[in-house]
Amino acid sequence: MTNQKAEGRRPSGRLVIRNCRIIDPLNKRDEAGDILMEDGRISALGKDIAPNGAEAVKGDGLVACPGLCDMHVHLRQPGREDEETVESGSRAAAAGGFTAVACMPNTQPVLDNRGMIELIRSLETPLCRVHPVGAISKGLEGLELAEIGDMAGAGAVAVSDDGRPLTDSNLMRRALDYCRMFGIPVVSHCEDKFLSADGSMNEGPLATRLGLRGIPSAAEASMAYRDCRLAALTGGRVHIAHVSCAETVEVVRQAKKQGVAVTAETCPHYFCLTEEAVVGYNEAARVNPPLRTKRDVEAIIGGLSDGTIDCIATDHAPHSLEEKEVEFDASPTGMIGLETALGLCWTHLVEKKVLTARQLVEKMSVNPRRILNLAGGSLEVGKESDLTLFDPNAEWTVDPEKFKSLSRNTPFAGWKLKGRAAMTVVGGLVVKVD
Amino acid sequence: MKWSRKDLLDLESLSVEEITMLLDTARSFREVLDRPIKKVPILRGKTIVNMFFEPSTRTSSSFDMAAKRLMADTVNISPRTSAVTKGETLLDTARNLEAMRIDLVVIRHSSSGAPHFLAKRIKAGVVNAGDGQHAHPTQGLLDIFTMREKRGRIEGLKVLIVGDVTHSRVARSNIHGLKKLGAEVAVCGPSTLIPVGIEELGARVFHKIEEALEWADVVNILRLQLERQKKGLLPTLREYSRMFCVTEERLKAAKPDVTIMHPGPMNRGVEIDPRVADGARSVILDQVTNGVAVRMAALYLLSGGDAPLSEAIRKEA
Ligand SMILES: [Zn+2]
Repeated sequence: MTNQKAEGRRPSGRLVIRNCRIIDPLNKRDEAGDILMEDGRISALGKDIAPNGAEAVKGDGLVACPGLCDMHVHLRQPGREDEETVESGSRAAAAGGFTAVACMPNTQPVLDNRGMIELIRSLETPLCRVHPVGAISKGLEGLELAEIGDMAGAGAVAVSDDGRPLTDSNLMRRALDYCRMFGIPVVSHCEDKFLSADGSMNEGPLATRLGLRGIPSAAEASMAYRDCRLAALTGGRVHIAHVSCAETVEVVRQAKKQGVAVTAETCPHYFCLTEEAVVGYNEAARVNPPLRTKRDVEAIIGGLSDGTIDCIATDHAPHSLEEKEVEFDASPTGMIGLETALGLCWTHLVEKKVLTARQLVEKMSVNPRRILNLAGGSLEVGKESDLTLFDPNAEWTVDPEKFKSLSRNTPFAGWKLKGRAAMTVVGGLVVKVD
Repeated sequence: MKWSRKDLLDLESLSVEEITMLLDTARSFREVLDRPIKKVPILRGKTIVNMFFEPSTRTSSSFDMAAKRLMADTVNISPRTSAVTKGETLLDTARNLEAMRIDLVVIRHSSSGAPHFLAKRIKAGVVNAGDGQHAHPTQGLLDIFTMREKRGRIEGLKVLIVGDVTHSRVARSNIHGLKKLGAEVAVCGPSTLIPVGIEELGARVFHKIEEALEWADVVNILRLQLERQKKGLLPTLREYSRMFCVTEERLKAAKPDVTIMHPGPMNRGVEIDPRVADGARSVILDQVTNGVAVRMAALYLLSGGDAPLSEAIRKEA
């Protein structure tokens, strides 16, 4: 099946993927086999399954894994529907092989109450499971806790003041303490705003040369340390978002050794790029936290391979071209990532033997679901069929014009990558097929 | 050798030959400025737009005068009169300029890299008249030009830059240009105003003004932005002045023929003692005159002029 007709079809309840490599870390499975899906669920797994009249897909050379899950995206709805919507973001997710995303609350208005969480839930399409993250504080103002219990009840999978980190350590303590009742993590964007001030790139000799104000790694690592200590103090669960520097990797590593309930994510740009990408005042490379040095990239890679960093998220941050294509220090931070993540990770982690294919599946599918208490994350008979079928040998060139996302802001245009989603299945529905 | 660049964005990207060509060309124009009739019609018919997104009487009038001496047509746009305050983006501005078929844009902007942004998007040449804390190539050139005139050479010359190096595009352009031409460069200032990794640009760091002055052949004193104190980078201007002001007293330890420079405008009594500014070793006013010559050279070369130009000037003058 290699045509567009299959897309969006719930194949009369039946679809079989023949002879693919099935990677299912939770069931310790990494072997060739067939997957039969019927009525939205997996009905058989293993060798030479009787097709039972199901439409067959050739899986030779392809990898099937539990659907990828991106626990850090910005979908811009409500407020900036010109940049992304829940639907367009879901299309981008499906194209990139993601069957689930968690979207951040810094929309306009902010996702800081039950009604807003319900709104996002109601905007969900069959293309992708969309799990809203609620705000920690009302209006992301960092002053008072939002109604976290109510939001958790409505389906918020975590809370975060992403982009506007809590300067008030006591409020962070209360948030961690309070969230224990609901079993959800506090996702911390670690940035001491006094230290990062008006910086627009990594602090160091390159920033000095370019005349751009710098953001030191200490701005991130010091808050990561604070939040680990507060997690230890309260017994709450903290998840460190988008780790960018060596110092934070070390903070998380030490905290984990001490038994603190901390998990961490990084993003493809923090191991595929260094601050050198900024040279020439390339606004596409402006992101927060900023791209760091080769030494930091090595530490991130070290953290990924020893398990200090649990997941890879994209921090998919759509921006309109008119707003992004301005003076470097006036350009909004962030880049989109849903449609490049799998290729970047396969090319730069698996091909380079930093991670095995199985470890990559853990970081892009299993662990984010574990952290957010989401179902899925395994391929089992009787379970809903959310899976990603990808071609690890597909070579392709990043062309932003072909993105499903409404935005185009990526520093990876023109990059040659290996590894690409061939088919994405959400609840038995084929939402993407090559 | 022929000038081949469309833009003058910084000194870092120029070759030694290009910097020398600019300096030599400036020298020819400097002679023109000493004549009774100071105009040469070599850019007649060319249109130069001066776009100053940041106020700067000194640099903008220097560029304006340079263009007028070359008899180019000039249009001056400042933020108050331009559409920029109405939210027009730099990209729109670039497209409009392109549509007006202008030849050169001189731009001053508070964002580092803004001239580069413009240069990538328009066919006209772009001259950076200062971007953020990144570069101020014509100031760097006029400083180097002045040093070369006064000291006869740049190679081996010990140049000290005093003050707020972190926020200074003048310092960066001085360092890049001087290092390329073989000078030794040092900076001196409070540690909060010396940027991370300045050594990697080839500058030595002093924190004691006395030691620094003893070392130097040339002292280039930067203007201290008075709001640095509010940002917590300095306790008080008084303390800055007590520790780093270049005074007559302190200069007693310096070499007797030390050359004193300042890109202006000066805070007399803060970074420089008025007696030093107006003293015999000061070349601060020469810098102003040389600035016009250097900017004439930049505008001339970017407009496609040949170097050396002595014949061309003689013919037309
Ligand atoms: Zn963030």
